[in-house]
Amino acid sequence: MLDWFSEISTPLLILGGMALAFGALLGFAAVRFKVEGDPLVEQVDALLPQTQCGQCGYPGCRPYAEAIVHGEKINKCPPGGQSTINALANLLDVEPMPLDAEHGEEKETKMVAFIREAECIGCTKCIQACPVDAIVGAAKYMHTVISDECTGCDLCVEPCPVDCIEMVPLETPLQGWHPEKPPEGIELIASDRRQLSKRSAA
Amino acid sequence: MSSEQQQLRRESALERRAAREAQLIASDQKRQKARALRPNDFPGGVYPPENKHQSTGEPIGSIPLAEQLVVPLLQHTGSTAIPLVKLGETVLKGQKIAEADGLISCSLHAPTSGKVVAIEPAAVPHPSGLPADCITIDADGEDRWCELQPCEDFRRFTPVELLEKIRDCGISGMGGAGFPTAVKLDPHGGVEIDTLIINGTECEPYITADDMLMRERAEEIIAGVEIISYILDEPERVLIGIEDNKPEAIAAMRAAAEGTRFDIVVFPTKYPSGGEKQLIQILTGREVPNKGLPANVGIVCQNVGTARAVYRAVRFGEPLISRVTTVVGKALERQRNIEVPIGTPIKHILKAHGAHRGLMQKVIIGGPMMGYTIDDTSAPVIKTTNCLLVPTVEELPPAPPAQACIRCGFCAEACPASLLPQQLYWYARADDHEKLQAYNLFDCIECGCCSYVCPSSIPLVQYYRAAKGDIRTAEQEKEKADRARERFEFRKLRMERAEKEKQAKREARRKAAELARRQREESGGAEAEAAQKEADLVAAALARVKAKQASPEQQLARAQRSLTSAEGRVERLQQKLEAAEEKQRDQLAAQLKAAELKLQEARQKLAEAERQAETAAEAGRESTPGQDDPQARAQSAIEKAKAAAAARAAMSPAEKLAGEIDALKARVEKARARLEKACSAGDANVEAFEKALQNLQQKLEAKLREQKQAGEEKQ
Repeated sequence: MLDWFSEISTPLLILGGMALAFGALLGFAAVRFKVEGDPLVEQVDALLPQTQCGQCGYPGCRPYAEAIVHGEKINKCPPGGQSTINALANLLDVEPMPLDAEHGEEKETKMVAFIREAECIGCTKCIQACPVDAIVGAAKYMHTVISDECTGCDLCVEPCPVDCIEMVPLETPLQGWHPEKPPEGIELIASDRRQLSKRSAA
Repeated sequence: MSSEQQQLRRESALERRAAREAQLIASDQKRQKARALRPNDFPGGVYPPENKHQSTGEPIGSIPLAEQLVVPLLQHTGSTAIPLVKLGETVLKGQKIAEADGLISCSLHAPTSGKVVAIEPAAVPHPSGLPADCITIDADGEDRWCELQPCEDFRRFTPVELLEKIRDCGISGMGGAGFPTAVKLDPHGGVEIDTLIINGTECEPYITADDMLMRERAEEIIAGVEIISYILDEPERVLIGIEDNKPEAIAAMRAAAEGTRFDIVVFPTKYPSGGEKQLIQILTGREVPNKGLPANVGIVCQNVGTARAVYRAVRFGEPLISRVTTVVGKALERQRNIEVPIGTPIKHILKAHGAHRGLMQKVIIGGPMMGYTIDDTSAPVIKTTNCLLVPTVEELPPAPPAQACIRCGFCAEACPASLLPQQLYWYARADDHEKLQAYNLFDCIECGCCSYVCPSSIPLVQYYRAAKGDIRTAEQEKEKADRARERFEFRKLRMERAEKEKQAKREARRKAAELARRQREESGGAEAEAAQKEADLVAAALARVKAKQASPEQQLARAQRSLTSAEGRVERLQQKLEAAEEKQRDQLAAQLKAAELKLQEARQKLAEAERQAETAAEAGRESTPGQDDPQARAQSAIEKAKAAAAARAAMSPAEKLAGEIDALKARVEKARARLEKACSAGDANVEAFEKALQNLQQKLEAKLREQKQAGEEKQ
């Protein structure tokens, strides 16, 4: 009886001790190396275009990223377009879907806001609307857009009381130009083509 | 034996030994040198037909000056130059007309004397075909130089002063990329340069500009190499590399380099041995590291044309305003090399060489391997234009349609950068940027060897160029997005902080009020009574306001009442007026007017009240039990907006247009109201509001016209 007890007690003690030790270690690591914030949100946020336009229905790109992580659909970002949707689908391992037209259409060219400075009355309304502080100016003084910082979100156009803001296509400088990929060509070699035509004939 | 004799013998022995040692050292040096000069080889490469004989038959010629010269502001790698001249200004040949913008940029000079007639976008030689800013000069035909500062002996200046001179003369690499020469020659942060390589390879078919330059201006090139070598603090070795298909040029350069320490290295012809990295490998056996510069392995490489331009800039003070260009192709009557002012329109050159309109199918800038076609021949010759190729269809037939890749692997064998073009091709087609970078896409020099050997004639280089551009654009966008995120987060933080500050202030005010009240309470009953009175008054006022904000029905009723009373009053006054005497008439008329005004007001109020009652009724019908809950309300608003958006998405273009028109109309109304308000308030911005209204109206009219047109088209 005693033999049996002593035989089992030693491994029990050792294993129990190890369990306690590792438990303590893991607990310490969990506290010591705690990751601030949700890393997945960061990753999703990094893929979004950061126009901060609110077309998705959320007040900025980060809130939308948080919503995506909590199960929101990934196809609500018109400025990002299909490429962003594909990247998100890749990251989250879901099926890519077409852009939800409800939130707007993907624009062909990048736009930036432009203030017709002669008409500006210096009301600062656009400055308050700009999500990225890309408009400079002061009350009763002319405002202007820092086009390098403008994300083309459109939010400053509506508040302008004198309608002096317009969206203009962003000019591509010669240095930024690059050729297009060649159009997709004939994809089959001759023998395959023959087979295909045979099969389609059959 | 006398001591004198002994002395002599000893001296002669010493002399002999010294001579023997010197001989030994010399032979050793020679051996070492021979080892160093034996050219290496680089992997891959191709042997396309050279086609160099067509344009080497004649010496370097010149053509009459064009009437108008177009100088693009961007002819080099880096940022666009900033114009220094104004429209209508008269300029002299060699006068600086644009200043370098920043370090990696180049200044520009007038190629002839004349008048500046335009500073605007014009056609430039660029594969995109996009116009770019240019300074156009109407030549006055006098070709009058501005004052230059020649210099007999460049060694009087320090290297830094010479670099300044080179920068001032706007010299950029003349081989192809056009990198500002002064930047390339600047000591690279303490990196020691032990080898200077002068590139006279010119491996691309058809081009002979450097070949002819070496044949005819070898002395100038060598003099330029001396200056460059002096600027680089006399590197250990100066190697001038020339391919063995240019015997005349080699002979001329050898003759010119006689008596200098420069070595002319001749090596077998193979494309693309003229590429910077390939030439370095051939001449020194060193390889430029990935993402590195030749300076990282202690080498600086310059083109022979650049060396000559440096010489002319330092010796005569001449800025870079002309260059030697090959004009070749079977569609031309005359094929040769010409020294042509930069800015000469290409069509002027083609005309002078008898371009045959029927035979000419395209104009290629550069050679057949790396060149690009241009559509607009009014584009000018720039600092990097080394060849104008005008082939006939037979000479350079259009590429056959691309077929599927058969994975033969020829491209990998031909690649001089030891890349795997086939893999790059698949990844470029799939837009897999990560894999492309893992396979070192950016080490591709776009030489075109892979496309040249491809049996399926796949335009491989075009894929790589497109992929490189895509990756660069994506990187830039990423950078911009990161910046936008930062700015957005900062703004949020700032607003939160402002809100907190406001709240703190409010809290402080509340506390102060509390304190004051307590003090008052403590200080005596009289004041408390007064305070009580005040509070009562406030309560009464509040009650009155509340009464005023009665239910829509009550408001409606009140409005109706006031309307009827106002109507009655007006009627009464009118009767009185008719019955009254002359004297009282004025007074009565005034009263009547006031009454009428009141009536109008009452009518407006009634209308408003009716509208409110209606909306309230509607809201009542729509409202759900949980309507007071703000969340539910927000939800319903979102639903509504979503439905509207969905409707918008489902709308046909005509409906969309109609919607836009409605929105615009609403905005016009808003603007009008704003204007009226501003008018009555005497606002200083009345004019601006007026203009805005006009703008909006114009927009609306345009939209209406569009709608009308669409309607007509439908019919």
